[in-house]
Amino acid sequence: MSTATYDPDTFHLAEAEDHDHAHGMGGTLLGFWIYLMSDALIFATLFAVYGVLSTSYAGGPAPRDIFELPLVAVNTAILLVSSITYGFAMLAMEGSRLNATRGWLVVTALCGIGFVSVEMYEFASLVAEGAGPTRSAFLSGFFALVGTHGLHVTIGIVWIGVMLVQLGQRGLHVENRKRLQCLSMFWHFLDVIWIGVFTFVYLLGVMR
Amino acid sequence: MTDIIPIVFGRLSIESFPIHEPILLVTFLGVVVIGSGVLFAITKFRLWGYLWHEWFTSVDHKRIGIMYMILGGVMLLRGFADALMMRAQQAISFGASQGYLNAHHYDQVFTAHGTIMIFFVAIPLVVGLINFVMPLQIGARDVAFPFLNNLSFWLTVAGALLVMVSLFVGEFARTGWLGYAPLSELQFSPDTGPDYYLWALQIAGVGTTLSAINMVTTIIKMRAPGMTMMKMPVFCWTALCSNVLATAIFPVLTACFACLMLDRYVGTNFFTNDFGGNPMMYWNLVWIWGHPEVYVLILPVFGIFSEVTSTFTGKRLFGYSSMVYATVVITILSWLVWLHHFFTMGSGASVNSFFGIATMVISIPTGAKIFNWLFTMYRGEIRFELPMMWVVAFMLTFVVGGMTGVLLAVPPADFVLHNSLFLVAHFHNVIIGGVVFGLFAGIDYWFPKAFGFKLDPFWGKVHFWGWVIGYWVAWTPMYVAGLMGVTRRVRHLDDQTLQPLFVIAAIGAVIIAIGILGFLIQIFVSIRDRERLRDTTGDPWNGRTLEWATSSPPPAYNFAFTPVVHDLDAWHDMKDRQYARPLDGYRPIHMPRNTGAGVILSALALALGFAMVWYMWWLAVLSLVGLVAVTIGHTFNYKRDYFIPADEVARTEDERTRLLGPSPVPAGA
Repeated sequence: MSTATYDPDTFHLAEAEDHDHAHGMGGTLLGFWIYLMSDALIFATLFAVYGVLSTSYAGGPAPRDIFELPLVAVNTAILLVSSITYGFAMLAMEGSRLNATRGWLVVTALCGIGFVSVEMYEFASLVAEGAGPTRSAFLSGFFALVGTHGLHVTIGIVWIGVMLVQLGQRGLHVENRKRLQCLSMFWHFLDVIWIGVFTFVYLLGVMR
Repeated sequence: MTDIIPIVFGRLSIESFPIHEPILLVTFLGVVVIGSGVLFAITKFRLWGYLWHEWFTSVDHKRIGIMYMILGGVMLLRGFADALMMRAQQAISFGASQGYLNAHHYDQVFTAHGTIMIFFVAIPLVVGLINFVMPLQIGARDVAFPFLNNLSFWLTVAGALLVMVSLFVGEFARTGWLGYAPLSELQFSPDTGPDYYLWALQIAGVGTTLSAINMVTTIIKMRAPGMTMMKMPVFCWTALCSNVLATAIFPVLTACFACLMLDRYVGTNFFTNDFGGNPMMYWNLVWIWGHPEVYVLILPVFGIFSEVTSTFTGKRLFGYSSMVYATVVITILSWLVWLHHFFTMGSGASVNSFFGIATMVISIPTGAKIFNWLFTMYRGEIRFELPMMWVVAFMLTFVVGGMTGVLLAVPPADFVLHNSLFLVAHFHNVIIGGVVFGLFAGIDYWFPKAFGFKLDPFWGKVHFWGWVIGYWVAWTPMYVAGLMGVTRRVRHLDDQTLQPLFVIAAIGAVIIAIGILGFLIQIFVSIRDRERLRDTTGDPWNGRTLEWATSSPPPAYNFAFTPVVHDLDAWHDMKDRQYARPLDGYRPIHMPRNTGAGVILSALALALGFAMVWYMWWLAVLSLVGLVAVTIGHTFNYKRDYFIPADEVARTEDERTRLLGPSPVPAGA
């Protein structure tokens, strides 16, 4: 922003009325990025906690006893596909195709609902087997990490729902485009986190 | 009927109200009397509408900054009352005398003191000053996210209120100010104390995180044209580093506290003694937040000292770029030292050596800063006004605290001094001598900018000498007692030969109390005599940075025209080159619109916290649903801005022209 040179005798700008360097797209997107980085640190902390506790079974089940890799693999695929469909929604937004944008958002939300449902099924079966979060420190760490991710996905689904209403009311309003971009970053961010979860918790857990 | 009561009130009952504690009862009556007096006055003078429209719902960074300062000031009185109680207890509780506080109460007092002083005094005061000053210094009209700024403030208030409620309903934590596990686990603290602590800090912590994100975005995106990073005032640099640091550490605290909450509410085993839990993990996580946190507080204060030193010596700051690099280096190093808070954990010689050396290394950039200030003063025309007096007191006091810090960084020495009063004296030395003195320098320095009149210098000196003398009298004996082996958080001592030290410390606390009283009188006298202390120039100290270019108090839009910056110390450059203030050609100015959503969301967060503390599940669900609904509802508000019409800008600016008199350039430029 400061690459432009200014006349050394100019001490103020009689700026055009739309020049308020504050509320452009850039500020919001940067701010949202920084928020995502702070959220990434919440996950980093939970990963570290899981790492410390990952062998504290307290006589309870170990990862290989309870993780069902095929189910989690399917769930991973669902979430990865949802990132692609969100990408299609953004392409449609760039092309100002409102209905296509909404359509792809619906597909993304359905994938998200599928993911959360499978995760809830997994959690319910674990609790039913006696492998709930209170059984051992390892399971506390597992439920906290995976559950926090699932909570984020749930918030993302609600956000998509709100966006669908707002797109219906105002179409691809500049404000709505900005929000869709933030939601896009959020959704892809959750995918990245999940790849970490799948690798470090499930794959490495079963190998242990 | 008897089944209904626990459903409605959770675990809240008549026994939860400490009616058998005379100290609390008297305090409560005092709060009720003063509180209803204030409420009555507001109603009588019909100020509710004014307060609501002009302040509570305001998204103006200057007003939010001032509200943060008021919050910090009020909480300082509470935190200091706790300090006086501790000093009194320790001064008399020797040998046969047990003092006047029982252990249960004393443990709550020291926990509340630390929690309040860091989270609800130091943070609001630092955030408040950054909020008020930084956007002015970078030539901006507001911050990047004005609504979030308002929300951050009210979330901090909600956290503070929850801590205050614990005084009269139930009890506060007895776990030390960081809520150490496993003591803070349900097994050892089944009462409401840790729950109050956790919910208050989680709610306020969300506010602090959002505020930090907001400030970082503001500094990166909203600097005036021409203001490259290396032409930014040092205070903005330190604010940037401090807020980057806060963005990076508060999530760790949030996650750590969330795990402890799960332990307490769900029965998980993160930090428990059994089922594989790991209490030392809590210490690690909480100090990964905690050590950088002291730099979150001290860095902006270093910025204040830099601005004040440069202004009151009439010179450009010595070594600007080394000051910037030192700040950045401290920011990075502050991440690498947390383990020095528990060398005694037993992580081995190699790990302890690494953290010990990393800690000592921090003294290098900090020392560079001290020399920069000294060289700025060297051959300067120093004006010993109040802000400059604080700078000198800071340098003399803080250097001692820094040196005892390096001493504590040596692991073998730390094994002797760990958890002793020597440590407590060390961190009070750096926090009072650094953060607190710096905040007072900042308040004395920027008060005329905020209100258009200076603070009274006589009562300012009472304030100053009370704090400086009081600090040394109160804490020098604590260094001595700590060296002789007295540990912290002790309510009663058997060895009566130590009593004189604690009596001297109590006298020191009373001297500090005189300083605080001086501060309150200073504010009162200054408001009363505001015409005598009036500044119409907007630049009472012959300042050097952009905040002094506009009127005092600044108009809502800060600058009628966006300033263009050519040099570090932009305002000094403008005065130097005979800058003439434009007198016409005003345009409408785009500004953010006020909103009550922040107050409502924070009130719901407060209700949620209170409900969770007392297990009132219905209220918790209701307020959570309310939080989600109001948040979503707020996103349907697309009318977030408005234009200040050009003729209104012209009216405001013409009034300033009239006040400035014939010469548009203030004398002394």
